[in-house]
Amino acid sequence: MTTGTKAPPVSATVSAPAKPSASAARDYRGVVHDLSKTVMTDWMNQLQAAVHDGTPTAYLMISGNCVEILRCFDILPVFPEINALQLAIRKKALPYILKAEEIGYASDNCAYVKADMGYTLSGGVGEEGTMPKPRLIVCNFVGCNVYIKWFEQCAAMMDVPLTMIDIPFVRENQPSPDDVRYVMAQLRTLIEDCEKLTGRKFDIDRLREILAYSARAEEGWALAKSLCRARPSPFDCYFDSINMMGPINALRGTKAAADFFDGAVAHYQKMVDEGVGALDEEKFRIVVEGPPPYPYYRNFRNLFEKWKAVAVQSTYSTVGGTWEFGFRHDPERPLESIAEQMLMHNLCNRTMTERYAQIRAYVERWHADALVIHSVKSCRLFSAGQGDMREYFTKELGVPTLMVESDLEDPRYYAEAQMKNRIDAFFESLEYKRIREGAPQPAGSQP
Amino acid sequence: MMYAAGIDVGSTQTKAVLMDTARGVVARTLIPTGANVKQAGQRALDAIVAEAGVPRQSVGYVVGTGYGRYKIEAGDAQVTEISCHARGAQMVFPLTRTVIDMGGQDTKAIKVGPEGNVLDFCMNDKCAAGTGRFLAAAADVLGLTLDEIGDISLRGTRPIRLTSVCTVFVESDIMSYMAQKKKVEDILAGVHQAIATRTISLVRRTGVEQEITFTGGVARNIGMVRALEEKLGSRVNVGPDSHYMGALGAALFAADKVIAQEAGAAKVVGEPVAWSDGQ
Repeated sequence: MTTGTKAPPVSATVSAPAKPSASAARDYRGVVHDLSKTVMTDWMNQLQAAVHDGTPTAYLMISGNCVEILRCFDILPVFPEINALQLAIRKKALPYILKAEEIGYASDNCAYVKADMGYTLSGGVGEEGTMPKPRLIVCNFVGCNVYIKWFEQCAAMMDVPLTMIDIPFVRENQPSPDDVRYVMAQLRTLIEDCEKLTGRKFDIDRLREILAYSARAEEGWALAKSLCRARPSPFDCYFDSINMMGPINALRGTKAAADFFDGAVAHYQKMVDEGVGALDEEKFRIVVEGPPPYPYYRNFRNLFEKWKAVAVQSTYSTVGGTWEFGFRHDPERPLESIAEQMLMHNLCNRTMTERYAQIRAYVERWHADALVIHSVKSCRLFSAGQGDMREYFTKELGVPTLMVESDLEDPRYYAEAQMKNRIDAFFESLEYKRIREGAPQPAGSQP
Repeated sequence: MMYAAGIDVGSTQTKAVLMDTARGVVARTLIPTGANVKQAGQRALDAIVAEAGVPRQSVGYVVGTGYGRYKIEAGDAQVTEISCHARGAQMVFPLTRTVIDMGGQDTKAIKVGPEGNVLDFCMNDKCAAGTGRFLAAAADVLGLTLDEIGDISLRGTRPIRLTSVCTVFVESDIMSYMAQKKKVEDILAGVHQAIATRTISLVRRTGVEQEITFTGGVARNIGMVRALEEKLGSRVNVGPDSHYMGALGAALFAADKVIAQEAGAAKVVGEPVAWSDGQ
């Protein structure tokens, strides 16, 4: 690993004696999913109330975000990316995508952007809609030019002030001290903008309290993910990780999020102690790169479950932050640690080779059999280089790698028969390899 | 005597192979798939049983492959055509290490192990450019049949350069060359070269290892065989029954089961087995 990051915390209790019952194995989805649903619904309700009650709200992006600063001013964060993915998972995205295409967005333009634009143009945001109109738009991820234009257009369309935070791309393994100072200076500007918006003075002690909650949630995140090193893995770290992504990305800095992770870790730890896995039987352990096809989330998952394949790690879950490699927000260094997280400790602001190193660490330390890359048609920024990635893992590291393609938001790119064919053929070849090499490792064994 | 059957329900044609427990082919058939995929599989099975003159009950195991594999009611298991083409190609050409399978809407590059097992594979993305469908579109606009175009393409001396690899736009592209009075053989030579170029980039992703075996319906097209050989700089194996390779592979997987059943073993470790019983 060349990232210069700390090793992920490793749970001491990964061995598993007892064979679980099938019903117990299924129970986990209920518990952590429900915990997540409770805290996320509460936030959604606050957003809906904010449509009319005048609570200050601000747009923010997921990648390496600075939600703690907004929270310090009781500004409710709104994540258009989350709105877009929710439209997709509920199979409601396409009419909005088409709406955006009607006004000239190209068919291969980011489908998140189009869904959000279409939704906004259809009156989904503001007094008549379901999402509050933002009072401030904070563009905190500039690694994607399309994203910059997205928030610029939102600001222009809704006549809302825009704060653009220029985050230098990390060219080496670490950001330079100048990079950190540059981002910190911009965070101070954001603080001034928040002061203007709310009429309140910035309170650094409040920020420290918020960051302490953030660090607690991040610790829980890292612990939960480290539990997936167990065999069987207590949850699917790709498909089930969305239960944790909401709280860590959108609700970070709240007591509710920190408590959520305490509950999730306790539950997953219990599952590991009892030898209960995400599936009744865990046959293949995979690492997944790339976002899921949200419009066909369940279908896509079924294609892996059929082969008793469980994701033990995923890169997509680290879009907000790579907490499993040791970084925590630090109340003693509030602005500095926020700047460091935005620069370095998230998936997208780093080089492709850093991403390779991250995946390699996942394969080796989470004991994966294979890598699956889900390439996103409408996001060339993230998908470029995945062909090389496939080659690196198959040819140089000997890790069986499958690359499939559809889209994270646009249902028109998902072809079930073709997807299934590729996934089936891949697992057929893994199964053959398994049979040749002898019996699979039994469930419950120490990884 | 027990038999094993492999049925390959492709997007255009359905192929079936009946095999005995010595892994010898006793019957085979090829019919158009048509709109009713379920019926196509059944008709193909009926045809090979009739051709071999054996009772249906003597077929101990049926493996389905191809896009319609889950629609074969008589199928005991399904195996993807990727695994089947690899296995079939290895049986016919035992030194095969790379398979290029070009079908109606898929082109696949498969890296094969010494036992016909799949080591790696790459397929065209969700677009029919570089597949049999692209050739069909070209043949159509020139008023020719698929069987003719390969031979004609070999007579081309100055292949045209297509401006598009899109299966839909290729028609207007060809029409514009016709308007410029380009020779049909040069147009077709250009079409074959365009597909070969696209295919080679796919094969390079898995790695080109000798020997290379060309399978699938398009392998019957001599123009495509030559275009691939030229781009690869080496010869490729093409059998007279290349388009049966998927069904042959499926029959081999089915034969594994029948042989294992006769020997009283549930699973033959060390031998490829038919995977994914049921869906």
